[in-house]
Amino acid sequence: MSDEAPAAEEAESEADPPESAEADTRYGALVEDSLGDTVLHTSVEAYLDTASAAHADGFALLVDVTAVDFLTYAGTRRLPHGVDPERFEIVTSLFNPQSRERVRIRVQVPVDEAAVASLFDLWPGSEILEREVFDLFGIEFIDHPDMSRVLMPEDWVGHPLRKDYSVSSIPVQFKSASNVR
Amino acid sequence: MTAISDREKLSYIAAQAADARLNLELETEGMTLNLGPQHPATHGTLRIIAKLDGEQVISAEPVMGYMHRGYEKLAEVRTYPQVTALVNRIDWVGSFANEVPFILAAEKLMEVEAPPRAQWIRTALFEMSRVANISLFLGDMALQLGATTPAFFAFRDREHVLNQIEAVTGGRFHPNFDRIGGLKDDLPAGWITETKRAMRKMRQFCDEMEQLVLGNEIFAARSRGIGVIPADIGLSYGLSGANIRSSGVDWDTRRDNPCGLVHSELDWKVWTHPDGDSFARFWVRLQEVRESTKMIDQLLDGLPSGPIMAKVPRIIKVPAGEAYVETENPLGVMGYYVISKGDLVPYRVKIRSASFSNISIAPWLLKGVYVPDIITILASLYFILGDIDR
Repeated sequence: MSDEAPAAEEAESEADPPESAEADTRYGALVEDSLGDTVLHTSVEAYLDTASAAHADGFALLVDVTAVDFLTYAGTRRLPHGVDPERFEIVTSLFNPQSRERVRIRVQVPVDEAAVASLFDLWPGSEILEREVFDLFGIEFIDHPDMSRVLMPEDWVGHPLRKDYSVSSIPVQFKSASNVR
Repeated sequence: MTAISDREKLSYIAAQAADARLNLELETEGMTLNLGPQHPATHGTLRIIAKLDGEQVISAEPVMGYMHRGYEKLAEVRTYPQVTALVNRIDWVGSFANEVPFILAAEKLMEVEAPPRAQWIRTALFEMSRVANISLFLGDMALQLGATTPAFFAFRDREHVLNQIEAVTGGRFHPNFDRIGGLKDDLPAGWITETKRAMRKMRQFCDEMEQLVLGNEIFAARSRGIGVIPADIGLSYGLSGANIRSSGVDWDTRRDNPCGLVHSELDWKVWTHPDGDSFARFWVRLQEVRESTKMIDQLLDGLPSGPIMAKVPRIIKVPAGEAYVETENPLGVMGYYVISKGDLVPYRVKIRSASFSNISIAPWLLKGVYVPDIITILASLYFILGDIDR
């Protein structure tokens, strides 16, 4: 529960009394409660620092790295004050096997600069999870050892889980196929 | 005069032998071995590219995606009740367990809770899918190591469990039985007695396997000390389930983060093994099957009466929000991250499958092992390709 290094956006709310739920920070990220789960909102720049702090605090297990494309999400998204919505969101779930605690880190990633730091140095298991996100969403992970597709064929064009990628009737594109119907 | 003394002869021979040994230890020309995509050690289609030096693996890389069916994309155009039919097919050997975390995530978002009877039956079916799944593993791993008999025993005895699952749900492999707010149906008449008999048979099967496989010298020689995963390495690769428990990590989601299932009301034990090798993974899974059969007996004894469906609207709209629920599935921790925008269909469903993280340790684990041990290690890690590729 480190309260040092508050996020830059929260600099003005530091003046607020500490019991205000909005001003809660942990590992330099805004803390929010979502149906009983702890959610940390951080920025692309602070993502690696937040993850490192969590890793140092005993979150030895990287449960999941995934992304969400909010392109067609009608209505307003519920985000804490100070977090600007972007099209993509990286969601990283961590688990602490000692205290049995879990946190979720959410990062807003803009579409024109879809890249975040890789967590490979902290958890080598992030390698395959980040490749999946790259494969299906086209979000790059900086300093990842092997940023290649993992589920789709290597020569596939497009990133299927983006919301502007049609769900129906795509001709199957494999390199050996001579005539694509 | 020209005769070589015995001593010189011996030193000559020794020098020749040393030279031969030295040449053997020089790096030979590498070879790339391709395993799969079709290989019996994989439940599905997985390809392993192994670079070899002699019989030793320099590096190995799993290539997956041959069975990628795009369930995460499909789930975005299916209504919530329809998604269970899809996710059945992720880990097809223990399919009921796939439905449970998704339904629990949807229930969490809707803030409904299944009535007690539904929760108990759900837990019983959840554990039965574990028994069906892992008993297949027990036979299969022995088969990979060259023993055919345990595989037939496993297929024979797994049928007892599958018959009972079929009697309730109508499907041997794809039950599609879990509903938001409860279950589709109540138990058929006479099912409890029959299931208890099946569980007795499964315990006999476990005893049989213990003698047949664990007591087998060849099996022990080929699996002890092979593919050792230290606990910290396993955790850093996101391993879960029996794979991490056999490295001595005492972590079971059923006990530590129970949500929606009633494991906390049962008397059971989490099995761990300190060794972390292939033998330990087999041993832990065997104990878990036996523990599950005991859990099912307790669940059937304590089954509460009452309705099996909570009050949910006929057309299910899930309120906006995000929820992540994970359960201890047969292969490890399986989680669903569901984002809803208050619609009939989920906005995004991320399926965190155990095998995908479990296979990610393969390059680390296969480095430096011998070719026959690749099969042992892959078999003991136990992944289902549907669970990797989704």
